[in-house]
Amino acid sequence: MTAPLLSVRDLRTWFHTPSGIARAVDGVSFDVMPHETVGVVGESGCGKSVTSLSILRLIDRPGAIEPGSVIEFEGRDLMTLPEREMRAIRGNRISMIFQEPMTSLNPVFTVGDQVAEVARVHSGASRREAWERAVEMLATVGMPAASERAKEYPHQLSGGLRQRVMIAMALMMEPALLIADEPTTALDVTIQAQILELLAEMQARMGMSILLITHDLGVIAESATRVLVMYAGQIVEEAPVRELFSSPHHPYTEGLLAAMPRVGSERERLAVIPGSVPPPTAWPSGCRFHERCPFAWERCAAEPPPLYRIGERHVSRCHLADEPERRAHPHEPLAATRA
Amino acid sequence: MNVVRVAAWAAAAAITLALCAWLGRAGGETGESAGPWRHALARFHRNRAATAALRLVVAACVVAALAPWLVPYSPSATPDIVALKNLPPSFAHLLGTDFASRDVFSRLLYGARVSLSIALLAILLSATVGTLYGAAAGYYGGRVDAIMMRIIDAALSIPRILLLITLLVLWGAVPMAALILVLGFTGWFGVSRLVRAEVLSLKERDMVTAARALGARDRDIILRHILPNVLSPVVVAATLGIANVIIIEAGLSYLGIGVRPPVPSWGNMIQDGVSQIATVWWVSLFPGLAIVVTVMAFNIIGDGLRDALDPRQLDG
Repeated sequence: MTAPLLSVRDLRTWFHTPSGIARAVDGVSFDVMPHETVGVVGESGCGKSVTSLSILRLIDRPGAIEPGSVIEFEGRDLMTLPEREMRAIRGNRISMIFQEPMTSLNPVFTVGDQVAEVARVHSGASRREAWERAVEMLATVGMPAASERAKEYPHQLSGGLRQRVMIAMALMMEPALLIADEPTTALDVTIQAQILELLAEMQARMGMSILLITHDLGVIAESATRVLVMYAGQIVEEAPVRELFSSPHHPYTEGLLAAMPRVGSERERLAVIPGSVPPPTAWPSGCRFHERCPFAWERCAAEPPPLYRIGERHVSRCHLADEPERRAHPHEPLAATRA
Repeated sequence: MNVVRVAAWAAAAAITLALCAWLGRAGGETGESAGPWRHALARFHRNRAATAALRLVVAACVVAALAPWLVPYSPSATPDIVALKNLPPSFAHLLGTDFASRDVFSRLLYGARVSLSIALLAILLSATVGTLYGAAAGYYGGRVDAIMMRIIDAALSIPRILLLITLLVLWGAVPMAALILVLGFTGWFGVSRLVRAEVLSLKERDMVTAARALGARDRDIILRHILPNVLSPVVVAATLGIANVIIIEAGLSYLGIGVRPPVPSWGNMIQDGVSQIATVWWVSLFPGLAIVVTVMAFNIIGDGLRDALDPRQLDG
């Protein structure tokens, strides 16, 4: 078996705020294999973005990655690297693209200049050489009339083109891992599909791995091979994408799938998961989902569930794996009765 | 002598026109790939009052710079303090003469040189210091920011004019450079607050996280992402600040503790005429008008720049 490209073990990123310790990411472990696309899905506030920023060590005070967390990339422990070497990895071996391509680009420089800057930072290319490579890269990511468009400013481009610029910046150095944090959320649906297609195409060409973070299961279904479902700072379920969609195990995953709108289905109200993600300063006792879970029983409030193995590559953090007969008796979740 | 002066005036006019035409052209051309600065310039150019004020200031600066070649008399010469004193405006003395028989017009031009250069240099100093201080406080944040801002709060609680008067009175005869330093170093607190607030919000912007995620260093982030984006509020504040410094300098010179006679500044020229203002009104009136017009022009330019540089219009 090949070694994983990225290996995260017991990642805990906590924010030490005046109102208590917010355990935004609390014991997350996963691997990303070479050339693989791993989807990370969950509601806002579940710790997806903090996980990705932690991998790049971009967590600012009051946040901190707690000691004991391990992030191994290409066989190196990123946690112990000096900042200078970490900088050489960012944008070079690991790149990241963000949700909002307008605010991620600098309004006062041309887009070509911004793409070229990445090459200048990492390879010390001359101004002219970097510009030529930037134009080339912009053409590669499907920017029409790239040599002309490179001279334009972000505000002159559409949202889809701006995201292509971000992708060009991120892929300039042909990274081994691309972290895409909600890369299509701010775009309309047709553009979304184009951007996902572009990412797949670039992956085929450059052979990088992608960590795709999204709250949109549709995006996951289209692009990922394996899915991590996050809730309240933990991974609650992990499975190959088909298996997750056909036989989800965790009630939270079931809830997410039920809440997905489907074209062609009867027009009825979308299912919702009652309640909302609790604040990260006070995760519930036991299973962090128990207050919103239609199957929860006494054990769930008392005993935090471990990750149960329920298939060859399928794990779930739910006591139902231990007592499957409980699934026969759904009830109103605590959060719904309380409201 | 006369020929030289006529040629100098022609040159001043030509330079002014050329500068105005150049500014107009820079604002007129907004082609396909125009940057945000060009767009701002074009918006500024559409504002007629601001454009007119800018032209006036350009003209004043050119005249001030060329003053030695433009004036008909020496600004400090006192040819005949009995026969030629307190003459009303005439062809020989366009704006009259003062109590010491000095030509008011010549002194006004030299005064422009003094007042404008003091204001510009002082603002350059306070904008630079304020930007650096504010950027440091905002970028490093936390405890550093708290301490730096409490210092600013303390400094701002001392009325600037009282601080200046105290300093200058204690100093005695201040050289011009010292006056510029004192004005500059008492004027940057507001700018630093402005820059700090701007930097605090800029550094939380996705573009900074994105730049860091792509391997940018602190230096790159400050130079490429933070400073260019705080430049517009600083430019606006500095322009309005020039107007303020002109007034303060005039006030201090009027009180006799700023620019000291016989060096003319608009402020001490008003003082020269104030004891007989009812009869020899021209001595105080013209420098007063010069202050009003210049200060108004800088204020109008500042407002025009504020509108033109409004970041919410960057998309337009």
